[in-house]
Amino acid sequence: MSLPSYIAGIVSAVLALIVVAEMLRRRHLRERHAIWWLITGVLGLVVGIFPQLLVSASKILGVEVPTNLAFFVSIAVLFFVCLQHSAELTVLESKTRTLAERTAILELRLRELEKLRTAPEAD
Amino acid sequence: MSSRIARTLIVMPAFNEEESVGAVVREVFEKVPGVSVLVVDDGSTDATTRRAREAGALVATLPFNLGVGGAMRTGFRFALENGYENVIQIDSDGQHDPSSVPALLAELDNADLVLGARFAGEGDYVVRGPRQWAMALLAVTLSRSSATTLTDTTSGYRASGPRAVRLFAEQYPAEYLGDTIEALVIATRSGCTVRQIPVAMRARAGGVPSHDPVKAAAYLGRAVMALMFAFLRPKSSLTSRAD
Repeated sequence: MSLPSYIAGIVSAVLALIVVAEMLRRRHLRERHAIWWLITGVLGLVVGIFPQLLVSASKILGVEVPTNLAFFVSIAVLFFVCLQHSAELTVLESKTRTLAERTAILELRLRELEKLRTAPEAD
Repeated sequence: MSSRIARTLIVMPAFNEEESVGAVVREVFEKVPGVSVLVVDDGSTDATTRRAREAGALVATLPFNLGVGGAMRTGFRFALENGYENVIQIDSDGQHDPSSVPALLAELDNADLVLGARFAGEGDYVVRGPRQWAMALLAVTLSRSSATTLTDTTSGYRASGPRAVRLFAEQYPAEYLGDTIEALVIATRSGCTVRQIPVAMRARAGGVPSHDPVKAAAYLGRAVMALMFAFLRPKSSLTSRAD
């Protein structure tokens, strides 16, 4: 591995971690959503600094090309993050739905109450 | 019977039905005097709410479109909170003849949920192809699950008794086909009894049922999936909270 690509690997991992940390700091990201990105960032940084770790991990797991292990882990993480987002979306949708139903019922009730209030004056 | 009608709420989910909703509401009042009608405007962009109100119905207007499931749950919740014991769902497009309402209500003596079936002798409603297979499959599976013969499980013309109203106010599925298929599964699995009675169906006021084979096949697929997951979901417990 050439020195520039070695440095590029470390720099991009650090950048990713900085972005996640900054978003957490500004409350643009909730901790439970950030945890996966933090784990991946740290993992990327470790492998960036000690590429030999990836090679030995591949050997233990019987993966012939070490980069394939890196791809596999990255895709697995992305898969689970996507799945988590779909689940969160479902929860949010059902909450929105409940709120919409509530609003409609309350509006109807308010309307009926206003009718009652104005009725005696009309008589 | 008349006191029972006073404790019954007709719920009509309506999405962009300004042309038919007023007439349907008036017809309900005419054929079933003394009943309360709640139109749930499911995020319509036209004058559905106004037309329904002019016709004398209570109208709950949803801020955006939720689908029949969302509209119906609104209706069930409203019924529960306002002391109605029975809920009857009627389509706002004029497909359902309100003169069957007393028959549906009477059958609630023997069941918690009564379906108005389109193929049970009255009327002249026919379907063919994958849509027919889907309906046959649903009928067989759901009949076994509910231990009674059901021929038209996707009928939107149905009456719910007190137990079913409590159950549905809590959980009425919002997914596609959930309002018909999954609702039935939820009901039978929580111990509600289901019956069906024949009702006559009229041609829809606007449009005809789709005969596109691709759409019909997609319908079959989604019906099978809806059915599968309805049975796989954890059982809901009505008895533990309400009784």
